[in-house]
Amino acid sequence: MTTAPTIPAALGTVAIRSENLCRHYRMGESVIRAVDGVSLEIRSGEFVALLGSSGSGKSSMLNLIAGLDRPTSGSVVVQERDLAKLSREELAKYRLHVVGMVFQSFNLIPSMTVTENVELPLRFAEVDRGRRDSLARESLERVGLKARMGHRPSELSGGEQQRAALARALINRPQLLLADEPTGNLDSHTGTEIMDMVRDFNRELGMTVVMVTHERALAERYARRMIFLADGKLVDERDNDLSPGSGTERGHA
Amino acid sequence: MKIPDLTELALRNLRESLLRNSLTTVGISVGVASLVAMLSLGTGLQQMLSRRLEKSGLFDTVFVSSRRDLRSGRQEERSGPTPGESRVLDEAARVEMEHLPNVKEVFPDIRFSTELQFEDKPHLTMISALPLSAKSNDSFDGMQGSFFSSDTAPEVIVQKSFAEELLGKTPPLGQPEPSVGELAKPLLGKELIMRYAQRAEGGDQTTVPGPENDNKESEPVGGSYSVVSREQKLTIAGILDLDPESLRGPMRARVFLPLGLAENLHVMQLVDLREITRAASEQPVYSSISVRVKDPSRIQGVEDAIKKMGFTTFSILDASRSLQQVFRVLYAFLGIFGSLALIVASIGIVNTLVMAILERRREIGIMKAIGASDGDVKKLFFAEAGAMGIAGGIIGVVLGWAIGQVINFGTNIYLKSQSIPPEHFWAVPLWLVAFAIGFACFVSLISGLYPAGRAAKLDPVQALRYE
Repeated sequence: MTTAPTIPAALGTVAIRSENLCRHYRMGESVIRAVDGVSLEIRSGEFVALLGSSGSGKSSMLNLIAGLDRPTSGSVVVQERDLAKLSREELAKYRLHVVGMVFQSFNLIPSMTVTENVELPLRFAEVDRGRRDSLARESLERVGLKARMGHRPSELSGGEQQRAALARALINRPQLLLADEPTGNLDSHTGTEIMDMVRDFNRELGMTVVMVTHERALAERYARRMIFLADGKLVDERDNDLSPGSGTERGHA
Repeated sequence: MKIPDLTELALRNLRESLLRNSLTTVGISVGVASLVAMLSLGTGLQQMLSRRLEKSGLFDTVFVSSRRDLRSGRQEERSGPTPGESRVLDEAARVEMEHLPNVKEVFPDIRFSTELQFEDKPHLTMISALPLSAKSNDSFDGMQGSFFSSDTAPEVIVQKSFAEELLGKTPPLGQPEPSVGELAKPLLGKELIMRYAQRAEGGDQTTVPGPENDNKESEPVGGSYSVVSREQKLTIAGILDLDPESLRGPMRARVFLPLGLAENLHVMQLVDLREITRAASEQPVYSSISVRVKDPSRIQGVEDAIKKMGFTTFSILDASRSLQQVFRVLYAFLGIFGSLALIVASIGIVNTLVMAILERRREIGIMKAIGASDGDVKKLFFAEAGAMGIAGGIIGVVLGWAIGQVINFGTNIYLKSQSIPPEHFWAVPLWLVAFAIGFACFVSLISGLYPAGRAAKLDPVQALRYE
């Protein structure tokens, strides 16, 4: 089981496969079935949206794919790694090298500057300081935040914070970008900016993107495929036609 | 995570809640200071005592006695006296010891109890002989009058309480004692008459049968001698300002004679009776001999050599060895008391770090989500505990040292007011500095163990949900 980053596989090979995936929580007497027997396949380079109302299990599903949580039963295989069988240490390495994550609430560390936040994963990866600096700069340049490098997150707008979070998710060159309601705390204009960036990563860097959202319109505009969840179960799956020039790509102001 | 990164992040986190972490660090430094204070007091006392012992002049002396003297008869029967073991401490042995390497001086310890007459009144007392080299001994520091003018001069130095007795001035218990100066005036230069039993060589008068050789014929075997009652006039040369109890070894006596004079007098001693049946020669037999060594560091070798000759030895080295035992116990005691504050401080560390976990729950969750392993999180909290430990240790050592200086200063002012020479009884040796900082670090890391483990086990999903 390798944990070293590999070159993104060509579109078509399976990146994520879950089989009868379950995640149950015990709350006193009752059992909450957050994810209840979901089987799905996501191919490399795909842009998939997980849709559903709150409590449908979409975030729990994303956490299982991210290796932040472990399934109660069933399996989730990402790039030929069976996550249920990885040790805690291996899961941490998987999160570090294979997965990049962005969250609704940005989750930047408030005591660190933007640069420090962005290069934090590189510290865990034990990358030298010099290389860390250049990678962080490169990553921030990509999200257009070069002018804000020395600022603290509290000095940035929401959109800027999410861009910093994107830069951080990008810095280890992961094959997988997992986004949990990335525009949930942003106005629609800024949200569109962020989503455009995510789409660019998907197209230009070949990253597989899985986005959790409850906004169907957002999913329809950016995702190639939409997966609908309700009560922890997969209820529907739909492909999106996103041919260039179909008009839905460049956002409304 | 690499160590420089770890340190940087740890220090950054400590700076984030500066007040709380500073207070915790102050707690540790107070603990370390108390430990340093306690242990440096112990070290200082030990050093002071060692200096005193060295000055006493006994540090370079081996006391030699015959093995027969110290062992009970029964034990000797069991082991069977080998030629070496039952050796007699006589003139031949003395000469042999004089020729051992590193030996400076060998002199017999002559001690006897006899009567001294002063102004026709008899006084019974213990008399001891001293070599001229004893002049440098610190016991003679406060002496009135002068030391013996020569090794054979008919002079005595009397001890203060004996001087009081001679003048009939012994104060009742609890009354202030007269000063040595007062006693010296009427006594110095005055004459004493010593009555003593002389051992006359080869005499054909009454032979003295040894009390121990019951199963032997009372016929004279080998050497024989007679005992003659004699008198010797002596001049009081000095008054010694010390209690006999405070004097050591052969100096436990109230009146002192020069050694040469004492040897020439051939005073009958108890050991003569005991050893008469064994002494092959007519040479005098000594109950004990003092051997002075050129350099205190050579004392062990000399002592071993004398033991090999078949004698029992005792040196201050033995005493200082048991003294070290005592100090080890004292250290442990002081150390435990000193550590108590540090242990209390370590609970402060646990408290601070557990608080930090609660506060930084989300931050820990974020770090885990972006790839930090359990080990990374654990090491980070460990580094924070360690940093507080090192800082607390360094501040504590400085604080402890300062406390010591202040107490040293204060006590010496008091000692000066009591006209006692100042003493340096507070010492912070380098090993103590290193030990204190190391120990503070160790205690901090132990305290960090639980919070670090707790932080590492934090479930990232839960932590990220937490607002």
